[in-house]
Amino acid sequence: MEKRVSFRGIWLPTALVLPQIIITAVFFFYPAGQAIWQSLYIPDPFGLSMQWVGLGNFEFLFADRFYRGSFITTAIFSILVTVVSMGVALYLAVLADRLIKGSGSYRTLLIWPYAVAPAVAGVLWLFMFNTRVGVITWYLGILGYDWNHVLNEQEAMALVVIASSWGRISYNFLFFIAGLQAIPKSVIEAAAIDGARFWTRFRTIVFPLLSPTTFFLLVVNIIYSFFETFGVIHTITSGGPQQATTILVYKVYSDGFVGQDLGSSAAQSVILLAVVSILTVIQFKFIERRVHY
Amino acid sequence: MATVALENLKKSFGQNEVIHGVSVDIEEGEFIVIVGPSGCGKSTLLRMVAGLETVTSGIVRISGRSVNDDEPMDRDIAMVFQNYALYPHMSVFDNMAYGLKIAKVPHIEINERVSNTARLLQLEEFLKRKPRELSGGQRQRVAMGRAIVRKPSVFLFDEPLSNLDAKLRVQMRLEIKALQRDLGVTSLYVTHDQVEAMTLADRMVVMNNGFADQIGKPLDVYANPQTVFVAGFIGSPPTNFLDASQFAAGPAGGTIGIRPEHIRLSAKGRLEAWVTSTEPLGADTLVHLRVAGGSLVTVRQDASAAIPPEGTSFCLDWNESDTLFFNAEGKRIDAASG
Ligand SMILES: Nc1ncnc2c1ncn2[C@@H]1O[C@H](COP(=O)(O)OP(=O)(O)OP(=O)(O)O)[C@@H](O)[C@H]1O
Ligand SMILES: [Mg+2]
Repeated sequence: MEKRVSFRGIWLPTALVLPQIIITAVFFFYPAGQAIWQSLYIPDPFGLSMQWVGLGNFEFLFADRFYRGSFITTAIFSILVTVVSMGVALYLAVLADRLIKGSGSYRTLLIWPYAVAPAVAGVLWLFMFNTRVGVITWYLGILGYDWNHVLNEQEAMALVVIASSWGRISYNFLFFIAGLQAIPKSVIEAAAIDGARFWTRFRTIVFPLLSPTTFFLLVVNIIYSFFETFGVIHTITSGGPQQATTILVYKVYSDGFVGQDLGSSAAQSVILLAVVSILTVIQFKFIERRVHY
Repeated sequence: MATVALENLKKSFGQNEVIHGVSVDIEEGEFIVIVGPSGCGKSTLLRMVAGLETVTSGIVRISGRSVNDDEPMDRDIAMVFQNYALYPHMSVFDNMAYGLKIAKVPHIEINERVSNTARLLQLEEFLKRKPRELSGGQRQRVAMGRAIVRKPSVFLFDEPLSNLDAKLRVQMRLEIKALQRDLGVTSLYVTHDQVEAMTLADRMVVMNNGFADQIGKPLDVYANPQTVFVAGFIGSPPTNFLDASQFAAGPAGGTIGIRPEHIRLSAKGRLEAWVTSTEPLGADTLVHLRVAGGSLVTVRQDASAAIPPEGTSFCLDWNESDTLFFNAEGKRIDAASG
């Protein structure tokens, strides 16, 4: 017989899920609804009245060269952050997995970066790459490279990608190492006896068996790079130079809070919401099919 | 085909030595079974031959050549694991073809060899399935197939049947034996099941706590165990042990052993005993008795003999030639021990 917890009546279950529903409603549905509503209006400069403009905010946005550029910037930024943070994490996890026992301290060290808040991480990297006093800038100078992310757009992008990926590596590492340890050792040994050397084993056995972990991390990291990198970008480049590092979520902030264009900002939030939804659906529909569970 | 030689092989994990110097010479095409209780080092020994475990000291030779420093893939061996270790994301075909693909065997030949092996193991209808869609017995066959298809010169088996039910185990045991005869490949087979060892082995190595207590043909080992451990481990029910001091011929501080089938229940004999219980098994009957000193003795009786009721008293008798004498260290000391 199936064993199942059952509640009598409706009140207890309702009471139990109510806090979660309220939190979701207050902090997610309400602001999202408000954003959709605001995206159809333009408020006057003093915030006293609202004027209905229909899809005017959206039309205006797509006509904006900087906004379209922000899409490209976001795509480049997300792909770089995801690839760098997952690639480095996988590399370190494979190394740690080979050491197997006694690698406890090595693992603890690798987990530290995750515990550092993004904005703090941003400041740390900013110090190291400071155009006048940064350690790394100084060494690059010795090597004959003149680093200046304040003026150079590619260097600015590189710096925010490094700073954003850095904290992410620990998180990805934890999942990769757990995934690697879930692969039975005897399967790897069987492959070794079958003649597969390290790289062949990785390509044909380890990586395919790791694909559920990789897929999960792909989704999580793309969403991370869309939203949670705000702190890093804000402290390091503030979206500059020439909006070279203004990703979509940063533009929502700078147009809304700095530029005080609330209608446009709300419309951008709505677009962002749509983009993330579409991406998630695409990921589950097309990539998940190729994953071996 | 190849010979395998282990020369004074030792293995330590850190400070802890688990194999204390094992030497065996294995001939071409021979089926060697390594048998012993859990934790005695059987798997460790096999894994050293496979190259999955480093050798602490001693030499592993395959066809006369030391392979101590060779990677597993360079030893021309195949191994069947206890949990089968199939590649979960590959079909049965790909599982079997994996090693051949890596060896860059031409496509046509891969197809031919895999389908021949599949036919041999009755796996043809499962070639497209994933391992998780197979029963335990079928997975076991795939693991065998993956080893056979590569035509290695040595087979290594680590308890390949222990995850199967009793009936399937007997069937697969016979199949493995027949297959090994046909292919004639030198094989090392690890098991903790002494029946499996007795039936499969050309020669067996009885392991006890990291030592090879005895190496020999199954029936020789059964008839002439060299240590108390071997006498107790090989044979079911095990050899009866009695304190030797009760007998005139017995060595001081030693033990004597008598197989259950060698003891007669009679009116007069060497030792008085009382029946405590009986187990009729059909072809024969096990009679458990308690002797005067308190130790328990099991006697195997032919089914044609009357089953004695509990509490009956008998005298136990046996032939002098069937008595096994062991010294205080558990080593065999009578004439036949040479
Ligand atoms: N990687 C290892 N590190 C430390 N000790 C080990 C390791 N592998 C095995 N041992 C120890 O070596 C001894 C022999 O182990 P082994 O696996 O060879 O036993 P076994 O005879 O195969 O037993 P079983 O029948 O249970 O499989 C055991 O005491 C075990 O604890
Ligand atoms: Mg074992």
